[in-house]
Amino acid sequence: MSNNLVMMPLIFPLIGGILLIFFNKKPIVQRILSTIFSIAALAVSCILVWTVHQNGIQIVEIGGWAPPYGITFVADMYASLLVLTTSIIGLTGVLYSFRTVGKEREYFFYYPAVQFLLAGVTGAFLTGDIFNLFVFFEVLLMASYVLMVLGGTKRQLRESIKYIAVNVFSSALFVITVAFLYAVTGTLNMADLSVKISESGQTGLLTVIAILFLIVFGMKGAIFPLYIWMPGSYQAPPAAVSALFGALLTKVGVYAITRVYTLIFIHDKAFTHGILAWLAALTILFGVIGAVAYWDVKKIVIYNIITAVGVILFGVAAANPAGIEGSIYYLLHDMIIKGALFFLAGIMISITGTSDLKKMGGLIGNYPLAGWMFFLSAIALAGIPPLSGFIGKLKVIQGGFEAGEYAISFVVLLSSLLVLYSVMKIFINGFWGETKPIQGNPSVKGMVYPAVILVALSAAFGLGTEFIAPFITQASETLLDPSIYIEAVLKEQ
Amino acid sequence: MEVMMSIVCGILFMAATYLMLSKSLLRIIIGTGLLSHGAHLLILTMGGLKGGAAPLLGEKAKSYVDPLPQALILTAIVISFGVTAFMLVLAYRSYQELGTDDMDHMRGTDSHE
Repeated sequence: MSNNLVMMPLIFPLIGGILLIFFNKKPIVQRILSTIFSIAALAVSCILVWTVHQNGIQIVEIGGWAPPYGITFVADMYASLLVLTTSIIGLTGVLYSFRTVGKEREYFFYYPAVQFLLAGVTGAFLTGDIFNLFVFFEVLLMASYVLMVLGGTKRQLRESIKYIAVNVFSSALFVITVAFLYAVTGTLNMADLSVKISESGQTGLLTVIAILFLIVFGMKGAIFPLYIWMPGSYQAPPAAVSALFGALLTKVGVYAITRVYTLIFIHDKAFTHGILAWLAALTILFGVIGAVAYWDVKKIVIYNIITAVGVILFGVAAANPAGIEGSIYYLLHDMIIKGALFFLAGIMISITGTSDLKKMGGLIGNYPLAGWMFFLSAIALAGIPPLSGFIGKLKVIQGGFEAGEYAISFVVLLSSLLVLYSVMKIFINGFWGETKPIQGNPSVKGMVYPAVILVALSAAFGLGTEFIAPFITQASETLLDPSIYIEAVLKEQ
Repeated sequence: MEVMMSIVCGILFMAATYLMLSKSLLRIIIGTGLLSHGAHLLILTMGGLKGGAAPLLGEKAKSYVDPLPQALILTAIVISFGVTAFMLVLAYRSYQELGTDDMDHMRGTDSHE
């Protein structure tokens, strides 16, 4: 059965990106077109989520070649929910860019690069082929290189070099790992890989490959020993770009780890998932240490990304229903709230002209909406009950206790406190206190609304958990039982 | 044959790692070039190096070499070509702007812009 709906969330940004190349000197046309394409992508992702909810996993066999011979695109609930969240972030990111990126960037293919980034992320979520995943990684990385260096300030040039060098290395490692995997199994389709590996049993060689994949995706997703590239490079580009990166790029690495560790390498869990759990714990620890240490608005938010990656992966490592469900809730929540936090940090920086907390203060007097939005996203990030971060962390910790990982579960609990401290530090120092004089009191009207959209979504996500729960349960069922995925993809055999 | 090629790939990886850990930006880029050579050769090796005709159906041979790794390599080559070109131009631009190709001088702290 083929169903082109699966391709639509990928096709829209791709065509959008290609079309936008032709209008690079007309910023107004660019803005209108990218809004239209982002809204279209959002609409089809909603339809995709609903279709998957009603009819189960949707697949497309590209060119009509049956898997494992052709490339398949697979939309299970997990991937569809992530695609939906990606298109929400994409739309708000585009709206936020109108007021913040500036003419010179808009003239030089900013919006096409954003659309290609979204296409790469969506493709990486939807693909069912491990080499095709590599190609989509490169699509999104290429777009991210362009976005990171666009503008060409000294800091951007310096940080782009490091970012590209790290990613070139991890891409080469990805190719090497795929080569090893192909030599052992002789296939590239993820469902077929899972079948081949469960037939042969996960030998020592395959466990080594599993760890290599953890290194590759961990480098993309910023887990503990491999996150060092991230704080510098996410700080260099403008806030709109940092928001897209922070909300989407690392999450693709997290998604890939989750997919590989729930579908393919599931036969030596004591070893692979044990390593994952401890790396997750260290990721959380080092993330909060960074978040507490810095007095720079952007750096604090960046280190909070690292903490969140750790929490999500700990849920995956627990590998029981509560843990997996928690990690899905937390992943969706974190994409939304990191977008909002970067938008608001960008607003603070554009008002005060600095990202140093010690040089700002009293912003709530003149910018109450931005202030209260920041307060809401801060408590959502820490996981205070009515908002979105609570249910995910609750379930992750429940999963951790059920799996007997008491020490790491306490680390997760403790991390919430420090995360709350780190973002409240921004709120207290940036928004409260004496009002420091600001030149001209700039208006932030158009910049606040994208953040308002995301914070409202986060509140809806927290209050409407009952409504979202069936979707999440469906997503976690597929992750917990790979045979559902395999049967959907390989059913014609 | 595969053992031979594995050793060659290993030497390429070794040289690439050494170069990527050096100070000069140009050496790092040469290192990434060697790294992708090694990775591409490794795909070819891991696909198997048994004898067989080139994968052209017109050859009408009894057995062909595996066509899949060749397609993968072709994809990986053009991707790394694109990235390398971008990186070279970036190195050129940053040499113009920053006036150095020494990675130690590109450290930069928060006070730098």
